[in-house]
Formats: sequence, structure tokens, C-alpha cells
Amino acid sequence: MSWDWQVFCQDTITQEVGQSCFGQNGEITYLDWMLSAWGWTVSVSLLSLLIALVVGALIGTLRTLPDSPWIVRLGNAWVEFFRNIPLLVHIFLWYHVIPTIFPVMKSLPGFTLVIFALGFFTSARIAEQVRSGIQALPRGQRYAGMALGFTTFQYYRYVLLPMAFRIIIPPLTSETMNVFKNSSVAFAVSVAELTMFAMQVQEETSRGIEVYLAVTALYVVSALAINRIMAFIEKRSRVPGMIAAGGGGH
Amino acid sequence: MHLNIDWSFFTWDLFTNFVLKGLYFSLFLTAVATIGGIALGTVLALMRLSGKKWLDLPATIYVNGMRSIPLVMVILWFFLVVPLIIGEPIGAETSAVITFVAFEAAYFSEIMRAGIQSIPRGQVFAGQALGMTYGQNIRLVVLPQAFRNMLPVLLTQTIILFQDTSLVYAIGAYDMLKGFEIAGKNYFRPIEAYMAAAVVYFVMCYTLSWLVKRLHKKIAIIR
Repeated sequence: MSWDWQVFCQDTITQEVGQSCFGQNGEITYLDWMLSAWGWTVSVSLLSLLIALVVGALIGTLRTLPDSPWIVRLGNAWVEFFRNIPLLVHIFLWYHVIPTIFPVMKSLPGFTLVIFALGFFTSARIAEQVRSGIQALPRGQRYAGMALGFTTFQYYRYVLLPMAFRIIIPPLTSETMNVFKNSSVAFAVSVAELTMFAMQVQEETSRGIEVYLAVTALYVVSALAINRIMAFIEKRSRVPGMIAAGGGGH
Repeated sequence: MHLNIDWSFFTWDLFTNFVLKGLYFSLFLTAVATIGGIALGTVLALMRLSGKKWLDLPATIYVNGMRSIPLVMVILWFFLVVPLIIGEPIGAETSAVITFVAFEAAYFSEIMRAGIQSIPRGQVFAGQALGMTYGQNIRLVVLPQAFRNMLPVLLTQTIILFQDTSLVYAIGAYDMLKGFEIAGKNYFRPIEAYMAAAVVYFVMCYTLSWLVKRLHKKIAIIR
């Protein structure tokens, strides 16, 4: 078997190898296409992550509220709904079913719908982590807030959440890496991300091994980058005296 | 709101004609990947805990490599590479089975590693004091306890695995989701078909995780 890395310098239409591996005068090489696909993967992942963090933090917090069993039950239902149905089915639900039920959403591009599907799917997992983060705090913290005359909102805002969010950074790191991996499922509704690129170009050029190797490398590079960024955030937000300096996380 | 949803097309005949074949494959794939994945994963975990670098290193690279690549890419990789290695084309279903055993082994190995590490050192020393060989010690003392401690986690991973089998969509294998999709296309009712698929997945996975929770409580009492 021989390698042919020149496939990335080929023009996507004429299949000819140009002088530069980046297309000129509006021509597009496979390398250009792959970088744009990486951009789609990163955009889908980051925007989904944003939705997931906002919704997940909200639902996870609501699930720990005292004396409101119905809100807690609603939060649990949200988590169970997303945890017991495969991501691919959620993406199909958002892409095919929801625009039929709400015709307003028919004009939205597939990209947006996938972001909602992946974002809400991940929000359930983050909600679970936020809940366990809050419940991991000593009960006295909540009581201390109450004793100071804080309202429920205040003691969550100033006492519980600042601690809980820092505790859950390590599981959030692996969840962030999961979002990047899960974004690959968007191929199923033709979002032009890396996996879609890999499948299409493998068929067009029959250079599957080279294309898959490059795409896999980009996924690994993305995961490593996330890992480093989160390690930096974890270091900066460490609560003094709580975790031994230089020691491992939880 | 103009909603045109019609469940009348969804009959038992349709279920047995389209969905059942896919459901069998999904369950078969889950079962084979669980058994094969736990077997291979246990070997990988023992390699990582052997204390010998030439065993530890390849196992670590394999596990971390598999865990940092999306499952869809692994499915595509095996579908492309396995026929090249064995020199003859294989079907999407066979490829899916090989992929899932290899992929899930990485995740099961992490669970088994945690399970083995949760066994007190004294257990191993006691085995050695009784004159057991390494193999006997692992087989008769360490693994039975590790399995029991990790049973709920292994089963939860199996539920996740069952959901992941839907990703064989990427290579066109006929699983349960595919069955629903084809039924929906044939009857021009794709919307209802996707909703039905979601309901079936939910009922199956929710029931299973409820059972796992109960088992967890039972085991916790015995210990």
C-alpha cells in the first residue's frame, strides 16, 4: 500500500494537484475543505457547549432547591429524557420532527438545529454534575447562608454556586471533550463537519486512510487543546486551601 | 398550528416487518460487545496494572487512543481498514460487531481497572500467603470481587453501549433506528417513525437503568 498525501493539495472539482496546497483564485483544495470542516466542528461544539452550560447550570441548580418537589421532579424528568434516548435520535427529532410541529423553525438551517440537539443533550449531563457538585458541599454552608439572612437566590449566588462550579471542573473537562466527540454525530443531518468531510472525501478520492488519519489527528488535537485550556481554568480558579497545590483534582 | 400526525399506520405488522430485525441486531451487537468488551477490557486492565512497562505502555496507548476519538470515526475506520487487513470485503454488520468489541474494550478496561484497584492490597497478600500463583490470585481472589463491586457500573456502560449502537447508521448497518427509519420512509410517515423510535429507546433504557439502580441497592445491602 502506498501513501499519497498529495490528495490534500488536489482541487475538489478538477482533481488536479495545484502548485500550492491552498486553493487560489476561488478554487478549493481538499485541505481548504478540511480546515473549513474543522471550523464547523469547532463552531458546533462551542455553541452547543454554551447552550449546555447555561441550561445545565440552571437545571442542575433547580434540582437542588429545598421545598420545591415539583421543580426537582421537572429537572429530573429533563435529565432522564436526554439520558435514555441516543444522541442520534435526538438529532433526528430536532432536524425532522420539531420543524414539523413548529413550522416557524422550518427556516432554520440544520446547523442551528444540531446545536440545539447537542446542546440540550449535553445540558442533561452537565445538570447531573452541577447537582452532585452542589450536594457535595457540606450542609452547613447552606445553613450558614440562611443564618446570615440571605434569600435563597443570594445564598446560591454567593455561597453555594461559587464553590460547586469549581469542584466540578474536572468532570466538566471530560464533558467538554465529549461534546467535541459527539459533534461528529452531526454528519447524519449533513452538517459539513469533519466526519461528514471524511465520509465524502473517502468516496470521492478513494484515499480513505490518509483522509481518516488527518481527520482523526484533528479530533485528537482539538481534545488536547480543550484539556489544556480546562487545566488552565482549573488552576486559576482553585480555591486556596481546598485542594493541595500541585496535587491532583478530585 | 397545523399538525398532521397519524399513528394509524403504526401496526404490529409494521413492527415485525421492519423494526424487529433491527431490534435483534441492536441487542445482538450490545450483547457481543458487552461480553467481548469486558473480556478484552479485563486483559487491558491487567496489562496496565501488571507493573511491566512493555505491557503497560501499549495498553495505555490503546485505551487513551480509543477514548479520544469519536465512536463514529472508529466505526468508519474499521469499516475501511478491516477488509484491507483480511483481504476480503465484510458486511456492515460484521464490521460493526468487531468495531464495538474493540471500542468498548477501552471503556470497560477503565471500569475494570478501577474495580481491581478498589480491592484491598491485603487480599492479594493473603492469596500469596496461601501459595497461590499470580494467575490463581487474579482469577480466584481479585477478579470475582472486582466484578461484583463494578457490576452496576458495567451494566450502566452496557445501557450507554446500547444507545451507541444507533451510530452504526454511519455505515448503513440495519439496527433498530434504521428499522424505524425505513418503516417511516415506506409509509411516508418519517415524523411518527422517529418519535416512535425515541419512545422505544426511552422505555427500554429507562427500565434497564431502573433495574440497575435496584440491583445497586441490593448489592449494597449484601456487602
